[in-house]
Amino acid sequence: MSSDISERLISQVKESSERNTLLVIRGGDTKSFYGRLPEGQSLDVLSHSGVINYQPTELVVTARAGTTLTELEQLLDEHGQMLPFEPPHFGDKATIGGTVACGLSGPARPYRGAVRDYVLGVTLLDSAGNVKRFGGEVMKNVAGYDVSRLVTGSLGTLGVLLDISLKVLPKPRQEVTLVQQLEGSTAVQSFNTWAGRPLPISAICLVDERAYIRLSGTESGLKTARNYLGGEELKNGSAFWSGIREHSHGFFNKGEVLWRLSLPPQKPCPVLAGKQLIDWGGAQRWLFADDEPELLRRKVESIGGHAIQFRGGDRSGLVFHPLSRSMFQLHKNLKKSFDPKGIFNRGRMYPDW
Amino acid sequence: MSQAEQEESSKANAESKASVAAALRRVLPQECVLISEEELRPYECDGLSAYRELPMIVALPSSQQEVQAVLRVAQEKNVPVVTRGAGTSLSGGALPRGDGILMSLAKLNRILEIDPAGRSARVEPGVRNLAISDAVAEHGLYYAPDPSSQIACSIGGNVAENAGGVHCLKYGLTVHNILKLVVVTVDGEVVTIGADALDAPGYDLLALFTGSEGMLGVIVEITVKLLPVPERAQVLLAAFETVESAGKAVSNIIASGVIPAGLEMMDNPAIRAAEDFVHAGYPVEAAAILLCELDGTNDEVSEEVFRVRELLISSGASEVRTATTSEERQRFWAGRKNAFPAVGRLSPDYYCMDGTIPRHRLPEVLTRITELSDEYRLKVANVFHAGDGNLHPLILYDANNPGELERTEEFGGKILELCVEVGGTITGEHGVGVEKINQMCVQFGTAELNQFHAIKDVFDKRHILNPGKAVPTLHRCAELGAMHVHHGNLPHPELDRF
Repeated sequence: MSSDISERLISQVKESSERNTLLVIRGGDTKSFYGRLPEGQSLDVLSHSGVINYQPTELVVTARAGTTLTELEQLLDEHGQMLPFEPPHFGDKATIGGTVACGLSGPARPYRGAVRDYVLGVTLLDSAGNVKRFGGEVMKNVAGYDVSRLVTGSLGTLGVLLDISLKVLPKPRQEVTLVQQLEGSTAVQSFNTWAGRPLPISAICLVDERAYIRLSGTESGLKTARNYLGGEELKNGSAFWSGIREHSHGFFNKGEVLWRLSLPPQKPCPVLAGKQLIDWGGAQRWLFADDEPELLRRKVESIGGHAIQFRGGDRSGLVFHPLSRSMFQLHKNLKKSFDPKGIFNRGRMYPDW
Repeated sequence: MSQAEQEESSKANAESKASVAAALRRVLPQECVLISEEELRPYECDGLSAYRELPMIVALPSSQQEVQAVLRVAQEKNVPVVTRGAGTSLSGGALPRGDGILMSLAKLNRILEIDPAGRSARVEPGVRNLAISDAVAEHGLYYAPDPSSQIACSIGGNVAENAGGVHCLKYGLTVHNILKLVVVTVDGEVVTIGADALDAPGYDLLALFTGSEGMLGVIVEITVKLLPVPERAQVLLAAFETVESAGKAVSNIIASGVIPAGLEMMDNPAIRAAEDFVHAGYPVEAAAILLCELDGTNDEVSEEVFRVRELLISSGASEVRTATTSEERQRFWAGRKNAFPAVGRLSPDYYCMDGTIPRHRLPEVLTRITELSDEYRLKVANVFHAGDGNLHPLILYDANNPGELERTEEFGGKILELCVEVGGTITGEHGVGVEKINQMCVQFGTAELNQFHAIKDVFDKRHILNPGKAVPTLHRCAELGAMHVHHGNLPHPELDRF
């Protein structure tokens, strides 16, 4: 599937802007559960799709925002390559535009980096109908402010992503997942110790006192690491990690309101009431919280972390972690510098803008 | 300006200098405010010495509070501030202004905290890049980005320029290796950007500040990520009879699924210069050499060295050597790491360019550079971060020959425009500064430049911080416009032509 509907999008945006109509940017509609409830008319970018440029030996791919992750990953796979940040899909129609806008990364994030680490360039449509190109298709580029990464994770509040250039990497030759029994209180300490050693770890999570460690690399590299870490090999490792990434693992059915906590794993974690799954070697916890949101936020803040009400619950209040007063003002002013009329995804990230 | 006006203006300047100096001396120790010409002289330029300007005053704060105080004075007196780290910028990013304060952060040079379990370190901006790796080595950790000036350059400057190095393909740039910044805004307020935890809430201001060339705020503290030192690193050196076959070898290595820790190419003039200088044992007849470093666990490296060696040979290498000892590995790298000073010995002056191109366009770009070299009658040597497409042509010139610097700059400008033409960028890792400000008009159109100015205004409405650098005004671009036609369109059509 390949079609360039940028002309149509430009005129739709211009028209809406002239009438001060608010727009809700929509790709495959797989992450509409995420963030606050935005107000406005739908701007459909799903049919703005197709890979524009892909040269495997350059390790760069450029695709229109509506290109589905499935299509993109399949193409990369044919050339033995991958999106290193392992994005969650949360549905068949997930697009690369939505992935970059939401800034979500999968289990490999602490070891290989986040979406933003692989974004090289974006084309952004603003409310006046201008098409702006930032960054490019090369890995090193310091011309102008890094708008491509600023836009990543901005939930469509800064403009409409038209196309995106990403760095890609070769798939590891081999992967193996090891399982071992570890107690919750000491598990994260072990994870920290392992992460400080030159081991080919690409994911670590802890469910019900069972630690799952994924190793990715060459045959000989994995052999050495297996001997060092110990544990049993999990037969269908990739299915397990897909369950964690896509939230299809049984844990994710255990409650109504799912919180995502981002924490420095080296700091002792405060006692959290509710069911939890530790991911990212302790840097991310999924929690069906029994604590009130305010208390939960105070707890994670006390060790320098933050909390997102990821799925479910009241979406009219604060979903993302509150910003300090001066940071909030900076954000508001930045939003205004990109979208002076405030028509894109208003209220999706924080109230008012 | 008439003579009377000139006298009036220099009098106003003198008054301003006296009043700014007095205000700074109320907030900084006496010896940390420099005003005499002989004290100011060392600050007149950074690593790009072709551009010089004596600052009005140099301020040397030694704490976050003193940085805040300096910025408040600058606000109150409405004078520009240029922040300087170690002064190793190659793009004039720290070039002072005659009417402004040059604020050196050299005294903020403490390593505040090392957190081995969290694999991070909290440091002040004046700490040298290499000093971080030295300080954390006992924990088996290091800080990955390694610009070739790493012995001297400061981490604050690295963040301001988003510095790279020879290991970027595998380990990323500065932006990939930092977690958190403490920044003083132009109003003297302190804000924290990023977090000790991953993916801080809100917009990615960490990325926005990295590479912002001191235009948005003053960085007073940096939390860097640290990586475990690989168990083993091994280097291969391969010689090629043509640049094309060396380029092909790079593509073949990447296509095979190997991501080398470093992958560097040098052309014949660079090989000869380096060999004359450090006697690395480079094959001086080769059209190009590749240095390929592989790192990882012991077994993994053995496996990949074998694979890469086969690939280099099948790609047409006339010779492949593997460093068998640590000394030999150091020697292989010594040539590359000393390429700039080596080329410097060939000529009184050299000018280092910094474009990035899609790797597969390398042969045609090098051919075109050779043609330009003939046209401008200036010699050029090329070193290339082949893994990530970052090209450093070194133009040899003699500033004492009238007109030669101007010719060099024009030649350099043409190379950068060529990089944009083939789908690349005018700067990979050195920054825009004052040097490439005109080429920004080639790289970007009105809408993008307007957006950059709007971002600047969010943080620094009165343009106190490093004004005139990194982002050109639309009028500047329009004046240049006659020379540049971008994608067949006259740039900035909405502006009057002069």
